[in-house]
Amino acid sequence: MAEVAEYTYKDFASDQEVRWCPGCGDYAILRAIQKALPELGRKKEDFLFISGIGCSSRFPYYMNTYGMHSLHGRAPAFATGMKIANPELSVWQITGDGDALAIGGNHFIHALRRNIDINILLFNNEIYGLTKGQFSPTSEQGIKTKSSPQGSLDTPFIPGELVLGARGRFFARVVDTDPKHMTQIFIESEQFRGTSMIEILQNCVIFNDKTHAAITARDTRDEFQLHLEHGKPMIFGKEKNKGLVLNGFKLEVVTIGENGITEEDILVHDAHEEDTTLHSMLIRMKAPEFPVALGVIRAVKGETYNNLVEEQVEQVRAASKFNNVDDLLFSGETWEIS
Amino acid sequence: MTNSTKELDKVVIKFVGDSGDGMQLTGSQFTDTSALFGNDLATYPDYPAEIRAPQGTVAGVSGFQVHIGHTRIHNPGDNPDVLVCMNAAALLANLSLIEAGKTIIVDTDSFKQRDCEKAGWEGNPLEDGTLDSYNLVEAPITSLTREALKETGMERKHVERSKNMFALGMVYFMFNRPMKYTESFLEQKFASKPDLINANKLALRAGYNFAITIEAISSTYSVAPAKMEPGVYRNIMGNVATAWGFLAASEKSGRKLFLGSYPITPASDILHELAKYKHFGCRAFQAEDEIASVCAAIGASYAGNLAITTTSGPGLALKGEAIGLAVSTELPLVIVNVQRGGPSTGLPTKTEQSDLLQALYGRNGESPVPVIAPSTPNNCFDYAFQASKIALEHMTPVLLLSDGYLGNGAGPWKIKSTAELADINPPIVEEGTENWMPFERDEKGVRGWAVPGTPGLEHRVGGLEKQNITGNVSYDPENHELMCQLRADKIEKIADFIPEQTIHGNQKGKLLVVGWGGTYGSLLDAVDSVLLEGESIGLAHFNYINPLPKNTREIFEQFEHVLVCELNLGQFVKYLGGTFQDLTFEQYNKVKGKPFGVGELTEEFRKYLK
Repeated sequence: MAEVAEYTYKDFASDQEVRWCPGCGDYAILRAIQKALPELGRKKEDFLFISGIGCSSRFPYYMNTYGMHSLHGRAPAFATGMKIANPELSVWQITGDGDALAIGGNHFIHALRRNIDINILLFNNEIYGLTKGQFSPTSEQGIKTKSSPQGSLDTPFIPGELVLGARGRFFARVVDTDPKHMTQIFIESEQFRGTSMIEILQNCVIFNDKTHAAITARDTRDEFQLHLEHGKPMIFGKEKNKGLVLNGFKLEVVTIGENGITEEDILVHDAHEEDTTLHSMLIRMKAPEFPVALGVIRAVKGETYNNLVEEQVEQVRAASKFNNVDDLLFSGETWEIS
Repeated sequence: MTNSTKELDKVVIKFVGDSGDGMQLTGSQFTDTSALFGNDLATYPDYPAEIRAPQGTVAGVSGFQVHIGHTRIHNPGDNPDVLVCMNAAALLANLSLIEAGKTIIVDTDSFKQRDCEKAGWEGNPLEDGTLDSYNLVEAPITSLTREALKETGMERKHVERSKNMFALGMVYFMFNRPMKYTESFLEQKFASKPDLINANKLALRAGYNFAITIEAISSTYSVAPAKMEPGVYRNIMGNVATAWGFLAASEKSGRKLFLGSYPITPASDILHELAKYKHFGCRAFQAEDEIASVCAAIGASYAGNLAITTTSGPGLALKGEAIGLAVSTELPLVIVNVQRGGPSTGLPTKTEQSDLLQALYGRNGESPVPVIAPSTPNNCFDYAFQASKIALEHMTPVLLLSDGYLGNGAGPWKIKSTAELADINPPIVEEGTENWMPFERDEKGVRGWAVPGTPGLEHRVGGLEKQNITGNVSYDPENHELMCQLRADKIEKIADFIPEQTIHGNQKGKLLVVGWGGTYGSLLDAVDSVLLEGESIGLAHFNYINPLPKNTREIFEQFEHVLVCELNLGQFVKYLGGTFQDLTFEQYNKVKGKPFGVGELTEEFRKYLK
């Protein structure tokens, strides 16, 4: 491996003034990324950030890497073309709940289905920010916004469910209030080969403030955050005495030490399990009945689209009788006129 | 036995039948055999949008017309001299095209009362005198094929599928053509199914021998090889030539080829063709939709590839926003639009030139894009190459306007080796370039192309307006106007790098016929036939539409009348009228999903020459 310079987060900050609203969760995410990149052992010129349209999609302008601010919803398609064109690049797609799940829903599921080796960071604030406050595909039903003055009628998506439905192989969830955890998960997502989808529960201070407060507030977060780690029991709570068990076909919260429950009874997280059943249950857990599952919920190895493309190119090349385009032009049935 | 062999300069043959009868294959076999024999030729496949439209109905009729000649051939011909007709519906759909005295070969087995009724005939045209003025060759093709294949023990439905080969055998006899090319084609096509090779060969020979035996074919015809420039030739379809032009441009420019595409008639063959050629490092990506296909291509372009996307009219509408991004980010991209009948889904398998204004203007904002149109199936190669060269050297999306007639049509091509092609030198920014700015321009107004992976050139591009030179986001009003102007100037300057427009025929005089794109072959023959009458006429056929060649005005000013002929309601004429507001243009238009006929054109030209 070529020698890679030692970077710090400052090397990844561009000279452009960051123009998100004061207090926006995006600042913490930007810094967490800038801190993750130096840990990856990659050269700066190999990182590529691609975004669609929306508040979060201004992200590439603030990164001192290659980048493109593309079209609303279409970033997965751009990212796919970039990765096929140059599989050596480390490609990061920055998106929001409107960009990824409304206008870009089609491209989102197809990137996951192909398992192209990119990282998708979905900033989920359950609202449209840049267009000034309309309900989004993840807004709670009934939310009153400018475009839903009597309350929205739409049933929201749960992004992780879409990932599973699209046969995605990597899904993680983080909160914008936990920068260290974000940095760690960003590193893990880049180390995973395939489409890594990270849902970031992000706060919009202007149009949907405190939408994730139940999960992120200092006084309640321990009760409502379950930090999953592969091979570790699903334990949470301030006292680290709560856990998850299966009761029939449903998850149930139990307390260790009550009703004869011991740590042995608590489910152990298996992120590598191909079967989606338990991952799906974890993804759907909602406060206050359940804690919200954070960390890497699913990471199942599989062939990446870009590797398969390269393999096919090599196979065809090895078997081909054509060395150059002239060989093709003059191949097959030809005749000469003299 | 036959009495004589007649020498013909050229002949038009049309094969017609049900869309399941294999007419496209039969026609292309006759075409390839004639090409190898040395004839010049042009083809016109005409088939329904449905894969298997109701059998035996006019809606399900599929046709393949080929014009072969000892002289140069520029179009598939107006009216067939020989119609090979596999059923009653095909006869009904085509009879009006056939002039009295011409030859019609029919499969009499497909003219039972029920067949005729289903097709929409009142009575049976073989019996009621409808065909009295034609040279009718009656052959029970289906039953004779069945008889010939009796020994094979194959199922009836498989046997009957070979009847197109029986008909082809008859035509090979009529035109003194060898069968060996089709025989080796069958051997390759059915390599894994020897019984099908055998059955089709038996049917082909049986048809040939039947034609020798019957007296109905009173003479055979010979169309001698055409006099063409020395060189190595092959027969090639327009869509294949387009695909190969891109492969050549990729090799010449040293940029890997990336195709983003989504299946759409009649453009899919370019995707099929490029999907085969991974040897050259070509990545043909079939995306989830039209939008994703162009976006993936722009992503690949940013990453340093020669990126293209292929589609037809409705797909171009979907790609509009993304093409605007390529305009704004000034990235190379070629968009191929193989035009078909519109609006909306329109006539998917029929040809038209009605996307010109969409190509020129179908985007938001000030969004100029070079537009280039090939004019023959084989020069699709040259213009695909040229579109790539302009895109790469001028850092811009380029629209290549082919059409269904060019894409599906075929003709002999004097193969160009890549050594004969121009070099392509994209403005790659080299590692180590100091103080490089993403939107600083060279004397052509073109910015540099810094490819991800190059150290020190990290930069961002996007759809927001960019500050001149630095490329940073800018909302400054003066800057926006400047950038719009710089982008427009860059496209205008391309006129310095394209050839001047030429005129065929008289260089000045009464009537200048103006065309563009796929109508070239018809316009050329029509102008030539009027020239032979000694009239004052010329043809300016445009391949470069935006920017126009620099001498365009000068050419128009040499003629009393400028008649713009196109397969739409008048789009090029509108564009020319807007560009040269002091000049007067006349127009002749057709929007029937069909190419111009030479006859209708000459009739129109004569109106101006009285």
